[in-house]
Amino acid sequence: MAKQITLKMTVNGTDCVVTVHPFARLLDVLREELRLTGTKEGCGEGECGACTILMNGRVVNSCLVPVVQAQGAVVVTVEGLAQGERLSSVQDAFLTYNGAQCGFCTPGMLISATDLLNRCPNPTEGEIREGLAGNLCRCTGYAKIVDAVRAVAADGGAAK
Amino acid sequence: MRGYLADCDIQAPASLAEALAVLAREPGVWTPMAGGTDLMVVYNAGRLQATRFLDLSRLADLRGIREDTTSLSFGALTTYTDLRDCRAVHQHFPNLVKSARVTGALAIQNRGTLGGNIANASPAADTPPSLLAYGAELELISPRGLRRVAYDRFHQGYKRLDLAADELVARIIVPKPTGRGFHYFRKVGTRQAQAIAKVCLAAYARIQEGVVAELRIGLGSVAPAPVRARNAEALIIGKPLAALPVEAAREALLDEISPIDDIRATAHYRKVVTGNLLGQMLRELANG
Ligand SMILES: Cc1cc2nc3c(=O)[nH]c(=O)nc-3n(C[C@H](O)[C@H](O)[C@H](O)COP(=O)(O)OP(=O)(O)OC[C@H]3O[C@@H](n4cnc5c(N)ncnc54)[C@H](O)[C@@H]3O)c2cc1C
Ligand code: FES
Ligand code: FES
Repeated sequence: MAKQITLKMTVNGTDCVVTVHPFARLLDVLREELRLTGTKEGCGEGECGACTILMNGRVVNSCLVPVVQAQGAVVVTVEGLAQGERLSSVQDAFLTYNGAQCGFCTPGMLISATDLLNRCPNPTEGEIREGLAGNLCRCTGYAKIVDAVRAVAADGGAAK
Repeated sequence: MRGYLADCDIQAPASLAEALAVLAREPGVWTPMAGGTDLMVVYNAGRLQATRFLDLSRLADLRGIREDTTSLSFGALTTYTDLRDCRAVHQHFPNLVKSARVTGALAIQNRGTLGGNIANASPAADTPPSLLAYGAELELISPRGLRRVAYDRFHQGYKRLDLAADELVARIIVPKPTGRGFHYFRKVGTRQAQAIAKVCLAAYARIQEGVVAELRIGLGSVAPAPVRARNAEALIIGKPLAALPVEAAREALLDEISPIDDIRATAHYRKVVTGNLLGQMLRELANG
């Protein structure tokens, strides 16, 4: 059994310190230690994107990150998108355009969509589809999600 | 099934020297981990034999893209996103950009590394065909020193590499093409993203006075490891663009590959498609 490590991360703007197994998956540490259960596990193999978070400003599959590699990282999960009760513009658009049905893919979708719009404020349809290509949705057929992202871009971007 | 966490250990060495010392002290015991996008999948499925890992991800010596007059040198930790974001890669090695773009999706591209793609030794990996086409070399490092190997000699069979237990892939060095170059890359998969190749073909040719002066073809998913199509190359080199022996090259190519039936495609499909890709590549080459 490996020695536990003291893991320090900034998660959704808050510094946190937890004692964990260094090979634990970042996904499990977020969900079980930090109780941030918005981030989901679909496949556990990098295919579905339900576990997508931002780590040091980039989208990653948290099911594929041993937590020792997140030492000192700045992490944003779906819980970090809203400002208190105020939803982010991407979350708002998902509501307006019915971008969520069962909702299981939605936390990962929202993170990927936010990341895309931050990097590329006026994406083409191709760029939207590429930005979301790692997030599988079994309900919506994607069209409504793409509509939502397009609407945010047309309305001035994710940061609004 | 899940990997059993309590059995596992991962060490984060502070320096490359320390990492190499750990590998040398207990050869074969420690498995290097870079982006983890291959290893963690197998671990999560409960199928990973290894339980002790060496985290390479913080080793600055294995990072960064360096450019000099004749080549680009990629640290083993170079990610697909790094490749896509680097202007010099777009300028000199468009096939590598294309390989990176069709690898997984963005979250994989942000974490997966060039060194990991090579060392994982999947016959279906997407950067090896491009690296073969560009005549890449690898710099391998161990406590015994640095050693350079031509990348087309690195893969020696299914998951068999010219890599000792105490060695790491340190850098990938790719010579810059000179003169009038032709670049071709095509991956055939089920969808654009998140699909492992059924067949992949990359080629680089140099053209001089209407004649093919240099040609390398790299193939994925048609043999136990990524391979060059040397016989097909030999038939085309020295020929004028106006009279390329396309049919002879296709036959030579089909003789030198050994595709199999698996969940992604049949051997027959792979042969037909590989031949078609070669044909398409040579037509584009001829039409310059
Ligand atoms: C959803 C998904 C989609 C994918 N799609 C593709 C695809 O389209 N095309 C493709 O080619 N691959 C794909 N992959 C596979 C994987 O992402 C790539 O092979 C990636 O480049 C592996 O790099 P890594 O750093 O994550 O490797 P790791 O998992 O860290 O390591 C892989 C292997 O390489 C060894 N290793 C790593 N670095 C070194 C080093 N410097 N020296 C010696 N050994 C080393 C490790 O010990 C291990 O055996 C996909 C994976 C997933 C999960
Ligand atoms: S749970 Fe991580 S990608 Fe599916
Ligand atoms: S809303 Fe159900 S999977 Fe996307």
